[in-house]
Amino acid sequence: MEVMRRVTIFVDGRPHSVLDDQNLLQACLSAGLDLPYFCWHPALGSVGACRQCAVKLFRDASDRRGRIVMACMTPAADSTRISIDDAEAREFRARVIEWLMINHPHDCPVCDEGGECHLQDMTVMTGHVRRRYRGLKRTFENQDLGPFINHEMNRCIQCYRCVRFYRDFAGDRDFDAFSLRNQVYFGRQQDGTLESEFSGNLVEVCPTGVFTDKSFKEHYTRKWDLQTAPSICVHCGLGCNTIPGERYGLLRRIRNRYNGEVNGYFLCDRGRYGYGFVNGAQRIRAPLLRRELGGPAAPVERQEALARIAAWMADGARVVAIGSPRASLEANFALRALVGPAHFYGGMSAAESRLTALIAQILQRGPAPAASLQEAAEADAVLVLGEDVTNSAPMLALSLRQAVRRQPMAAARGIPPWDDHAMRQVTQGQRGPLFLATLAATRLEDVARETLRAAPADIARLGFAVAHALDADAPSADVDAPAHALAGRIAAALLAAGQPLVVAGMSCGSEDMIRAAADVAWALRRAGRPARLAFVVPECDSLGAALMTDRNPGLPQDGADLLLVMENDLYRRADTDTVDSLLGSARHVVLIDHTAHATAAAADAVLPAATFAEATGTLVNNEGRAQRYFRVFAAAGDVQESWRWIHDIAAAAGRTRDAPWTRLDDVTAACATAIPPLRRIVEAAPGAAFRIAGQKIPREPPRYSGRTAMHAQVDVDEPKPPDDPDTPLAFSMEGYAGRPPSPLIPYFWSPGWNSVQAVNKFQEEIAGPLAGGDPGVRLMAPSSGTAPPAYFREVPPAFARRDGHWLAVPLHHIFGSDELSTRSPPVASLAAQPYAALNPDDAAELGLNGGDLLHVQLRGISHRLPLRFEPALPKGLLGLPAGMDGLAGIPLPDWVRVAKAEAP
Amino acid sequence: METPLTRNILPGREPPTRRAYERSGGYTALRQALRMTPQEVQKRVKDSGLRGRGGAGFITGLKWTFVPMGDDAPRPKYLVANADEMEPGSFKDRLLLEGDPHQLLEGMIIAAYAIQADMAFIFLRWAYRRAARHLEQAIAEACEGGYLGSDILGSGYGLDLHLHVSAGRYMCGEETALLNALEGRRANPRSKPPFPPVSGLFGKPTTVNNVETLCNVPHIVANGPDWFKGLGRGSDGGTKLYGVSGKVKRPGLWELPMGTPARELLEEHAGGMRDGVRFRGLLPGGASTDFLVAEHLDVPMDFDSVQKAGSRLGTGTMIVLDDQTCPVGMLRNLEHFFAQESCGWCTPCWSGLAWVERMLADLEEGRARPEDLEQLEAHTRLLGPGHTFCALAPGAMEPLQSGLKYFRGDFEEHLRAGGCPWK
Repeated sequence: MEVMRRVTIFVDGRPHSVLDDQNLLQACLSAGLDLPYFCWHPALGSVGACRQCAVKLFRDASDRRGRIVMACMTPAADSTRISIDDAEAREFRARVIEWLMINHPHDCPVCDEGGECHLQDMTVMTGHVRRRYRGLKRTFENQDLGPFINHEMNRCIQCYRCVRFYRDFAGDRDFDAFSLRNQVYFGRQQDGTLESEFSGNLVEVCPTGVFTDKSFKEHYTRKWDLQTAPSICVHCGLGCNTIPGERYGLLRRIRNRYNGEVNGYFLCDRGRYGYGFVNGAQRIRAPLLRRELGGPAAPVERQEALARIAAWMADGARVVAIGSPRASLEANFALRALVGPAHFYGGMSAAESRLTALIAQILQRGPAPAASLQEAAEADAVLVLGEDVTNSAPMLALSLRQAVRRQPMAAARGIPPWDDHAMRQVTQGQRGPLFLATLAATRLEDVARETLRAAPADIARLGFAVAHALDADAPSADVDAPAHALAGRIAAALLAAGQPLVVAGMSCGSEDMIRAAADVAWALRRAGRPARLAFVVPECDSLGAALMTDRNPGLPQDGADLLLVMENDLYRRADTDTVDSLLGSARHVVLIDHTAHATAAAADAVLPAATFAEATGTLVNNEGRAQRYFRVFAAAGDVQESWRWIHDIAAAAGRTRDAPWTRLDDVTAACATAIPPLRRIVEAAPGAAFRIAGQKIPREPPRYSGRTAMHAQVDVDEPKPPDDPDTPLAFSMEGYAGRPPSPLIPYFWSPGWNSVQAVNKFQEEIAGPLAGGDPGVRLMAPSSGTAPPAYFREVPPAFARRDGHWLAVPLHHIFGSDELSTRSPPVASLAAQPYAALNPDDAAELGLNGGDLLHVQLRGISHRLPLRFEPALPKGLLGLPAGMDGLAGIPLPDWVRVAKAEAP
Repeated sequence: METPLTRNILPGREPPTRRAYERSGGYTALRQALRMTPQEVQKRVKDSGLRGRGGAGFITGLKWTFVPMGDDAPRPKYLVANADEMEPGSFKDRLLLEGDPHQLLEGMIIAAYAIQADMAFIFLRWAYRRAARHLEQAIAEACEGGYLGSDILGSGYGLDLHLHVSAGRYMCGEETALLNALEGRRANPRSKPPFPPVSGLFGKPTTVNNVETLCNVPHIVANGPDWFKGLGRGSDGGTKLYGVSGKVKRPGLWELPMGTPARELLEEHAGGMRDGVRFRGLLPGGASTDFLVAEHLDVPMDFDSVQKAGSRLGTGTMIVLDDQTCPVGMLRNLEHFFAQESCGWCTPCWSGLAWVERMLADLEEGRARPEDLEQLEAHTRLLGPGHTFCALAPGAMEPLQSGLKYFRGDFEEHLRAGGCPWK
């Protein structure tokens, strides 16, 4: 790591201490000064296009004339003297706005970007108020860009941020700048859904309203009328920080919440658009009870439901509980406490339990620590074993796209990293080492140095071979000559790197792969390299669940007298027969969940749980970072947090002492005390008693409108806002108006900064950590001095085809493999449909043609699936879409038989 | 008077074939250069004081010395001939391209040898179809003659040379935009640094020289720096292709000693103004240079003298304004061109030029208001050097700022008359 130096620059005569690796714009913003800009973006760097950040630069203290320069293109060298306030610079900046506004629609009061528009803010900042241009505005036709993004080109100010994010940063090609002069068009060659998995970021990257959130438009409200809270994405294991927004009981959008160590400025489209399940028709909103065997479950009063459940628990009934890796630590802990650790199951499949436990063990043991997304982006050599990260942990793919630029950038002498086009000119698309070993083709291959597509065992063997090439003491994999050579090249590249990273995970269901990754990282550590590990886990609390459950892997064998299931569809955890038999063996089944699914249909009683948006809790992401998410809004009716239902059940059953908590802090504290690896989760965010100047932090911005009228059709008296005993946040626009601690920031806003760019005002340094440190606490921070443990030594045998059988492997889909986001309409509209994928050569051997239907025998059940050719899939493998209803519970990899099915 | 550049060019005749070119002494300079070290060639051209004929007037030999040399230099290195002549009023390179393509090739091969380039491109304006035909023919002949290829004339030095016909944008005259276009990217100018000699085409060391500049190189190598210096009338050496267009008796193009005064060009070579019209001003070096007026007619047309007079020599091809032509209309036409040709990258250019064009149209069509003149003046300042990303918009402001100075009355007359008084 380079040590950053602080230098002094003089702005309008006043000294400011700034980091010397910045440009003047960044330095001024870091110093808290206001200087308008458009084309510069902290994550995208400078290109000098918009000319908005003009300042006066002086040669020295005696220079009175100075000259106009663009702050974003000028390094913040020591003793630099500039003026923001200089009359000529001010005039020029106002002129730039005037030029931009020549063609920009003057419809701010009715524009859907208004009030959150960087262009609007900058226009006000420069003081441009009067229109002098008398001509017509140029107009464009808009495109249908798919279900995520609305296109309104007339608003464009040609800052080029969109195309720079889309092509240069995210690496996709189906979006570009077309034409020239004042007619530059940013879009696709023709209408069509944007191909990037990160297209939603255009909404936040665009400084005005060219690209807006189409899902938000479906239930639009003024941005300042949204009630928001700091939250965590629940759609994969990375734990990206989000800001969901609600009004009138409807969750209306998700926005990025900056966390310098995790997701930075961006989100993936699954995370941004997956929220629809919160408002979905499948929501469980009232307690349901099945009054007679085989009859339907019908809504009942909560007391009746609780009384019935209490009765089922009475008289020494055997109670078994199943938690969930998609529920909060607190919910899982409360459930565990209610039934006792001996009867608590984490809610993962047997395979998931094994894999998460192994990952937790490796990360806890050290010395190779987990990599955050930011650390992954800074890695300068990467080996990926088995993960199609674009689909299984999308934001990690975005990080790896940046990682491949590290080595060429480090070699580009004399060009500062922020000088984006110059850097790209000098580095010319050269890439550092990224090696991908995956089951099939992936979307990162365009930036990979080498790619291997292989069966899970062979991927693991490659990993072991790399470890052996790094350290002869590591077990020998005895791979074939090409793999041996490849392993040698990988080992050499990792060894030559300053920050090597090994990525693996649970997608392939292979413990061997995880062990191989650990061996590689440990071999690098033995060689003195600061190797890190990034393990991909499937769910938002997979690792938290792993740290909590130390006793019972997988699902219980029988359901006992009462089976309590929480936030879990068991049909996604095991095959249908197994789950049928488990549920059938229980005398009574109670489900606490927010969304209906197959398990809900089988339950005798269902209690309506709060989603992430209606609850507060703690989640542990794939790097072991405990992060708190906060209730965005108070759910209507009987919907409440799962841990409160557990408390209520305990109370109804006369066992309050088993789950005595009525405030979240108490559950969190009890959990931290009871489970040593979770000791520090209380530090994830300040507790409910936290106050600033005696005040809570408002979830509603100061501009929130209509408060007194919102319920006027019911009662002209303004109702008391809901209480929130669990957090220092208030369901109100009243409270502390300043900058809260980083885990408690409900929205980024600062006077004059109404757009997402307001985050500038919350950071210690621009693009650095949030003031006071980024939110979250890492639970697993092994000392880097720890000696590496003994290598994993069991190298699996090479993959061998079996006559008449195929090894079914899971293929992951950003849209379709995740349970909850698939219930969001825009995501559902893009979700992959079930299929069975074969190498075309294998298909030919079977006499199959494109479009044929296949019978795939999985755990005794025949699934009829359309054939898909997957030329990159190794022969002998059969690809099945991971996580889809009907297939999700089948443990893969598994050997299957395949036959051609007759068309129905 | 020597006319080395045009000695083989006869109007209406096909260009010399390789053999004809050789018979006239062609490719002897190349043979001579190949016997020198690259550094010696660089020095000889530098000593001649040859300045870039594309308009900027930078010392050519000095430009070459910026290219990394030796075994550690990044490879491949490139030489590019900028034949994207799109400056309104300029048609000098066209004559050289169409009339004596081997002269350009010889200049390029020598220049490429001097910087040890591995590959050379001619970036040709799309509309120059005839030039493209002649160049293709000449390249094929040069290959046959052993002047191109892996081992040129047994020297061990090799060069590939390709003709690239541009899609046609004024912007491509800017060398970094040209390189982007050559790479298949949008023709936007690049951030500098890095400069092309260090990181140019595909990130490799690259020199971009104008056609006329390169055509001078064989003669300098063959005849020496002193001969070249002696060709000019003043401190700038060599000959220059001067053009005159407008309502003159004999619009045309002449190779004359560098530093020939404007009056001589206008009155002797172009035959003076047509009958019935009188001289009002001229743009000395194409559309992106400041007006000069009658008081400047004795200014020698060399880089420094024209600059002292408040304009730029540019391409050396003047456009003459007469008293029967509306200067506002002329400027509107020019600014229309520049606004059209803005690449759309930086705001002052893509938006400011469109506004400037609009205001000039308003003056012509009677929609203008008095404050528009202040706006136009403000734009000549606001679109100045340093405010924009490249030199396109500042160039576009040069005729406008001087037009507002010298022809202020015409602008005011447009306001008073509610439109163009010439219409």
